Amino acid sequence: MAESPFKADIERVQKEYSEKMTPGAIAYIPGSSVVNKTGSWRVFMPEFNRDKCVRCYLCYIYCPEPAIYLDEENYPVFDYDYCKGCGICANECPTDAIVMVRETK
Amino acid sequence: MPIRTVMKANEAAAWAAKLAKPKVIAAFPITPSTLIPEKISEFVANGELDAEFIKVESEHSAISACVGASAAGVRTFTATASQGLALMHEVLFIAAGMRLPIVIAVGNRSLSAPINIWNDWQDTISERDTGWLQFYAENNQEALDLILIAFKVAEDERVLLPAMVGFDAFILTHTVEPVEIPDQEVVDEFLGEYEPKHAYLDPARPITQGTLAFPAHYMEARYTVWEANENAKKVIDEAFAEFEKKFGRKYSKIEEYRTDDAEIIFVTMGSLAGTVKEYVDHLREKGIKAGAAKLTVYRPFPTEEVRELAKKAKVLALLEKNVTFSVGGALFQDFSRALINQKEKPILVDFILGLGGRDVTFKELDEVLEISKKALAGEEFDEVNWIGLRKEIL
Ligand code: SF4
Ligand code: SF4
Repeated sequence: MAESPFKADIERVQKEYSEKMTPGAIAYIPGSSVVNKTGSWRVFMPEFNRDKCVRCYLCYIYCPEPAIYLDEENYPVFDYDYCKGCGICANECPTDAIVMVRETK
Repeated sequence: MPIRTVMKANEAAAWAAKLAKPKVIAAFPITPSTLIPEKISEFVANGELDAEFIKVESEHSAISACVGASAAGVRTFTATASQGLALMHEVLFIAAGMRLPIVIAVGNRSLSAPINIWNDWQDTISERDTGWLQFYAENNQEALDLILIAFKVAEDERVLLPAMVGFDAFILTHTVEPVEIPDQEVVDEFLGEYEPKHAYLDPARPITQGTLAFPAHYMEARYTVWEANENAKKVIDEAFAEFEKKFGRKYSKIEEYRTDDAEIIFVTMGSLAGTVKEYVDHLREKGIKAGAAKLTVYRPFPTEEVRELAKKAKVLALLEKNVTFSVGGALFQDFSRALINQKEKPILVDFILGLGGRDVTFKELDEVLEISKKALAGEEFDEVNWIGLRKEIL
């Protein structure tokens, strides 16, 4: 899987966020939400079949997280650090290129 | 010149709010504090107070709107009582955790069931662990003054915590007493314009408030609320001193009355303190060495002052209008904790009285005295005593 495009942000925010507790735990650094990896509470995960994909980007548009970004060839890539497994992408995909499968470790 | 007039504590609270010039007031009416939002909406409608009055459909929404407004960076006020305060419960933690200096005026009232609109302190006492500062007023003047002081302390950079000011339902909320309304200019000098330092919205400075904190940060965040409560002790003393200089009225976290050479000190809060002081005068005439003490500040708990007070008496009779089940009252719990590791300590006797508006008169206080005397004489006594309980109907 391709590396998360947020890697640099995550490292920057993680560093600053752990250095000083602010009153009210306010995050003064934009992008702090990328530190909070919300993928851990997922039960089902989207499984992607590149051969079926027609690159219509409905999944990309509808993902509420947004945990889908595009690779060099403009195919969707799923960021499992943030995908919460809601299944919206699978539901919207017109070609069934995405199916939800039970999470296994 | 300050105006001396007569008013109810509810009106005094509304006046305090007007003088503090909050930019947003969100409130839902509830007995016995209904008059506060009514009066404030009048001030706003007449153009006497330049503020946004937000009408909401519940207290949960009222405090939520206050959190939003305070997080956006303005001085914020609301009023409530009893079930209304209880309905705010979860958001009270959020306001304290986000360190938003919101001030609430609370007409102290009992909690259901059974439904009872009269006075005791169970509503605010139940919120003592939210992180909010808590002040208790003895009379209508104190209701006004303590709200101004609450704003001052809450907004101090070393504190940044919300504060509630309690005054007894009906005994104060609906009772007309002489009250001095201070000059606007002096209040302005005392409080200053609210300048949010940590929490405010500005497109040029994006921030995230009410963040998610993972286990690696949550505990530290909670500790900062603890620390702010500790800092508040000093800041409150400073605010009291400055208030005295500007307005001439003296406050302290624990106000003592005839405690020198006292053997029994009656400790209480709120309007009951007035009755107790009268009672002490009455006992002194009879040659009984009694004194009184009133907690004006209950959170942060004035541990040092309690220890000082404890040195002066052989028996501390704690008079409280609240119940902490299987323990007694909240004061009993807090005083026990403050004194447990002290070498010399007085005997603590707990009295639960006046619940749900039950009168506390000299007759009830005589009962308190009898039990306290037993404790003083080394006889057996109950640690927790329900005073004025009608045992015949149980
Ligand atoms: S399952 Fe939901 S969260 Fe995950 S990629 Fe699909 S739309 Fe986004
Ligand atoms: S919705 Fe389906 S077809 Fe469209 S881009 Fe996403 S995976 Fe490909």
